[in-house]
Amino acid sequence: MAGYLFQRIFQAVLILLGVSFITFVLLYVLPADPVRQIAGRAATAQTVENIRQQLGLDQPFMVQYGRYLAGLLQGDMGRSYLQKTEVASLIASRLPATLLLMAGGIFCELLIGLTLGVIAAIFRGRPLDQALMVTSFVAVSAPQFVVGLLLLYIFAVQLGWFPIGGYGTFAHLVLPAVTLGIMGSGWYSRMMRSSMIEVLRQDYIRTARAKGLTRARILTRHALPNAILPIIAMIGIDIGIFMGGLVVVESVFGWPGIGQLAWQAIQRVDIPIIMGVTMVSATAIVLGNLLADVITPFVDPRIKMR
Amino acid sequence: MVDITPVIVSPEGVLRRLLRRRLALVGFAIIFIVLGGAIFAPWLARYGPNEQLFDGLTLQGAPMPPSGDFLMGTDLLGRDLFSRILYGARTSLIIGVVANGAALIIGTLVGLTAGFLRGWIGSLLMRFTDLMMAFPALLLAICLAAIFQPSLWIVVMVIASVNWVQTARVVYTETTSLSEREFIAAERTLGASQSRILFRHILPHLVPTLIVWGTLGISVTVLLEATLSFLGVGVQPPTPSWGNIIFENQTYFQAAPWLVFIPGAAILLLALAFNLVGDALRDVLDPTQRGQD
Repeated sequence: MAGYLFQRIFQAVLILLGVSFITFVLLYVLPADPVRQIAGRAATAQTVENIRQQLGLDQPFMVQYGRYLAGLLQGDMGRSYLQKTEVASLIASRLPATLLLMAGGIFCELLIGLTLGVIAAIFRGRPLDQALMVTSFVAVSAPQFVVGLLLLYIFAVQLGWFPIGGYGTFAHLVLPAVTLGIMGSGWYSRMMRSSMIEVLRQDYIRTARAKGLTRARILTRHALPNAILPIIAMIGIDIGIFMGGLVVVESVFGWPGIGQLAWQAIQRVDIPIIMGVTMVSATAIVLGNLLADVITPFVDPRIKMR
Repeated sequence: MVDITPVIVSPEGVLRRLLRRRLALVGFAIIFIVLGGAIFAPWLARYGPNEQLFDGLTLQGAPMPPSGDFLMGTDLLGRDLFSRILYGARTSLIIGVVANGAALIIGTLVGLTAGFLRGWIGSLLMRFTDLMMAFPALLLAICLAAIFQPSLWIVVMVIASVNWVQTARVVYTETTSLSEREFIAAERTLGASQSRILFRHILPHLVPTLIVWGTLGISVTVLLEATLSFLGVGVQPPTPSWGNIIFENQTYFQAAPWLVFIPGAAILLLALAFNLVGDALRDVLDPTQRGQD
């Protein structure tokens, strides 16, 4: 167990190292010159050169990358080119909003997805089941920005139940969280349905029925817990899909998280911020996958750790 | 007479079973409508997609709601939305098919090479695939698109370089499990060459998987293109794309919701269509899925 964990963590670190290298290469070959952006149009060649030296951008690639890695190990992600603030503190100040949004999104996708999946499994093969499965396809096919704008239009503009955008209260959270959750709920409802159908086919369910337990009791006490467990382990893997959705949802709702930070940084070629957010997202994804791998054997003892 | 059932189902049989599924039919219908709209756009559209019409705006300069003259209304610049939607279908389909095709080819090559050759080349390729899985895909795509001044073909390239990863993993898993099967070992013992095993035995077995992933992947690609264009780093105006129509008009969406929701519905329907067809194909082609529903 300890050996397995150690090996997985080692792999995760290697992957993150690779991600940092590739991102650095991509940003290094970037045709847009960040120094020009900082210096402005009126700057003389001398000023441009000074800034370049100040930022260490005149150094060879490997030196720059080495410096970045050395900083990263000490929790230093460099400074933003334009805002002069530490990237680490910029990200730290944005992270709570993003985590809140993610928690809300995961809650929504589980609530909607699992409920619909269980209902579909109970009504398996009947019109309600078919209708729910079509709904799940619509959910995974709907672009998040359209869902976001639609929810905004109906519930904020027309009905006025929620604010049009921004951050602060619970009411601000509802629409972005639902938007983020809808796509995933489509996948979860399909997984939950097949997991539930699989469990309902087991012998112990037949035994429970033979004992004369009520249908409701069989479902809630015997089938549901067993059907949900394998799905819980999937949440870790979900994080990667969420990371992408964040940029879109935060931009639609003006949510002040790291997705918006990254988006603004990309438009202004603020490389340290882009680098930082990519690293934080990649870490979240790798941790999520690691978590999923570690949790699965606990949830389902039939799966052994290798 | 002995009844011999073929191992790999015939294309006609697959098509017949596919057409028996209502949802697949709905999917095909949507795809044909979009395809028809894209091909016959010059004949179907009453105005040019970039034509700023004299009577395309109200006297106050606001876009016109849908009417007999403008089936889907006009946009902020007084262009006919229906014409833009029709020409936008071309963008979506071209990117959906080409970018996804490229991603499928890259993914197949990587997965097949890694699964068939194994060894250090195999592990190197799969570690690289793992690495790509850890990348926040949309963030990477936005970065790439912002780095290279986006054009239609850059968007295709960006999507292909992000979307091949899933295919590579699936193909890798299938190839490794196929290579361990007895009939491959038997071929080896009989002295078959590597290329014969690869092209005559492994690749044909991968075809159903590739068809399913290829179809489902178009839906993912259509959504990714729309998202990039919505963020302004995809297909650049004035070339119409369903995503950038929303990008151009979203500031005005409270007053003119059709400018956002008509292209939005178009994206959803096209992605849905490929999902429905892909799912039906999986049921029909994948023997392990048969009888599950």
